[in-house]
Amino acid sequence: MILAIQQLERQPGLDSRAIDAFIRHNRFPLIEGAHVTFVWRGHADAVHLRHWVFGLASAQPFHRLSHTDLWYLTIDLPRGSRFEYKFDVVRGGHGQWIRDPLNPNIAHDPFGANSVCQGEGYEIPDWCQHDPDARQGSMHELILNNTAFGGPRPLTVYLPARYRETRRYPLLIVHDGGDYLRFARLKTVLDNLIHRLEVAPLIVALTHPKNRMDEYPNDPHHAEYIVEQVLPFMERNYPVFGTPAQRCLMGASFGGVASLSTAWRYPGVFGKLLLQSGSFAFTDIGENKRGPAFDRVVEFVNAFRENPGRPAEKVYMSCGTYESLIYENRSMVPFLQSHGLEVRYDEARDGHNWENWRDRQQSALAWLFPGPLWFVYE
Amino acid sequence: MRRVVVLGPQRHVITVTEELRLLGLSGRIATITAGWQEREAEDDELSAALGNRAVNLRLHARTDDVFAQDRQLFSAHRRRQDSLRQLQDIYRLRLDHLMASASMLMTRAGPPEIVEPERADTIEQLRALDAHHLRRIRDVHDVFEQQELPGERRALAQHRAEVQGILAECDAVAIAGGHVSTLIGRMRLLDVASGMIDKPILAWSAGAMVLTERLIAFHDRPPEGAGNAEILDVGLGLAPGIVALPHATSRLKLDDNARMALFSRRFAPADCICLDAGSRGRLTGRSWQFTDGTLRIDRDGHTVPASVEAP
Repeated sequence: MILAIQQLERQPGLDSRAIDAFIRHNRFPLIEGAHVTFVWRGHADAVHLRHWVFGLASAQPFHRLSHTDLWYLTIDLPRGSRFEYKFDVVRGGHGQWIRDPLNPNIAHDPFGANSVCQGEGYEIPDWCQHDPDARQGSMHELILNNTAFGGPRPLTVYLPARYRETRRYPLLIVHDGGDYLRFARLKTVLDNLIHRLEVAPLIVALTHPKNRMDEYPNDPHHAEYIVEQVLPFMERNYPVFGTPAQRCLMGASFGGVASLSTAWRYPGVFGKLLLQSGSFAFTDIGENKRGPAFDRVVEFVNAFRENPGRPAEKVYMSCGTYESLIYENRSMVPFLQSHGLEVRYDEARDGHNWENWRDRQQSALAWLFPGPLWFVYE
Repeated sequence: MRRVVVLGPQRHVITVTEELRLLGLSGRIATITAGWQEREAEDDELSAALGNRAVNLRLHARTDDVFAQDRQLFSAHRRRQDSLRQLQDIYRLRLDHLMASASMLMTRAGPPEIVEPERADTIEQLRALDAHHLRRIRDVHDVFEQQELPGERRALAQHRAEVQGILAECDAVAIAGGHVSTLIGRMRLLDVASGMIDKPILAWSAGAMVLTERLIAFHDRPPEGAGNAEILDVGLGLAPGIVALPHATSRLKLDDNARMALFSRRFAPADCICLDAGSRGRLTGRSWQFTDGTLRIDRDGHTVPASVEAP
């Protein structure tokens, strides 16, 4: 297979107009089967692809098309892959990280935004796009006073469409609620999946940390806040089932650690956990090598693996195969199963990011809270 | 002589109008749309299909009114729901394991004289579990009836009487689809069945399911992955001898013969009838007749015309 960039390179008398036409007639990055070609045009000393794909060198050098200002890099990418990246453009010894100016696909996260490479076979799920037919749930901004942290905390509550006080609903408590709403379209996802009858109508409490790096790794104040303040507040004020089987705690990355550690500290409270790319770093021997931010995480996960107890009955886990945490997540699955928990685990060719966590919501929520699809025969 | 008509979904292929004409009925038709839940009253299209002779029994709204007036009954109803939910969870747990082994045996190669008796025995275990679960569900309903005496409660008795009064003035009953648990629950609470036993009944989708002896929920293509068909509740038993399978073509893996054979043998001797759009089955007395194009899943897992008698 001759790639488009190779055809361009072979053009006799390659000039600026030919490059203009090449850029005008293609979409970038250029996906040709399993081959992905990134291009950047301009004057530079070097250009690198910077990405968050664990397993590949984190900086991959571009090549300059001879005697032109077009830089390119072709990599092989397994089918269905999706990853986020930037270009590192080096001039005069200084590198500048920029988004791919030719790629309109951008993913936002709390640190800014990245360009997105969608490999062959990857599609944004239709259920995370706005559906004008889907009935909208409602959002309510609240404040919980006198929390375990010593001050007030905001809490966002999602009520499903057609909410009725005379019904009972399962309760989902979400870590990093604001990020899930902004970067993983959680409200749209909930509205759509509930509308499609794939997920049961839920009441969702979205929590917002002040300093997640401090609060999430097995902090007793955090666990107290969730179990002794958020949960009773929700059960006092909303018609939720109030049984462990109908309560779920959810989080991604350190939020996964917060979910697991909270459920571990309060066994029997949550029947379900939804853990996405949990930062379940541990050591079998020796020191933690992930840096000080992980010290308390490793301490917790080691303690958990020593004495897991029964933090929940049903656990949904997911992780991207391009994450550095893939080993830890894979090893957690048989560990939990061997202690009697029912586990469903999904992997995707994606990294540690919010759109990966968005794309897993259907399988996660439909498994944990199956909707009335089974019961509706119109 | 009992006359029951079961139909496929009516959304795109409306057959209820013709079936009504074939029954030769000219009077009013009591309709049940409780499966539509809060949308129960949005029945203009249905009413038109029935020649604007429909009287909606409003079972969903009536039940809400009963529960609003009688909080004690409402609490008891919720306790019953909790019990049923717990029972269903345990049943599912047991079912998953039995289905896993049964599914493996259905495709297991080996001498028939060795494998087939093992298959048959596994299927018998499944059937025993289903029967056990059905008994447990029936027990829960019986306890509710005995303890709460719903027929003697004022608000409910008043609505039941009104429903019976409407039914007495109607020539037939039409039951639409929707949420099958909601539908059977509201019909049971308002004791609708006792008023329609001697009337022609036309029912489709979930409406057809509630008329059978067992409510069997099924879906081979939900997002959480193919599940196992499960006994959901006791049916009204007015359309005996069949398992009604609305939207069978889209909901079931009909081309998976081993899976379908297990399905069919598990629920035998009832015939598994695919109620896709346009499908029709007519019960007169004890005899079923199915129109051309209506399919049945045979014991080998193949779909065959339902009009052809099983060997």
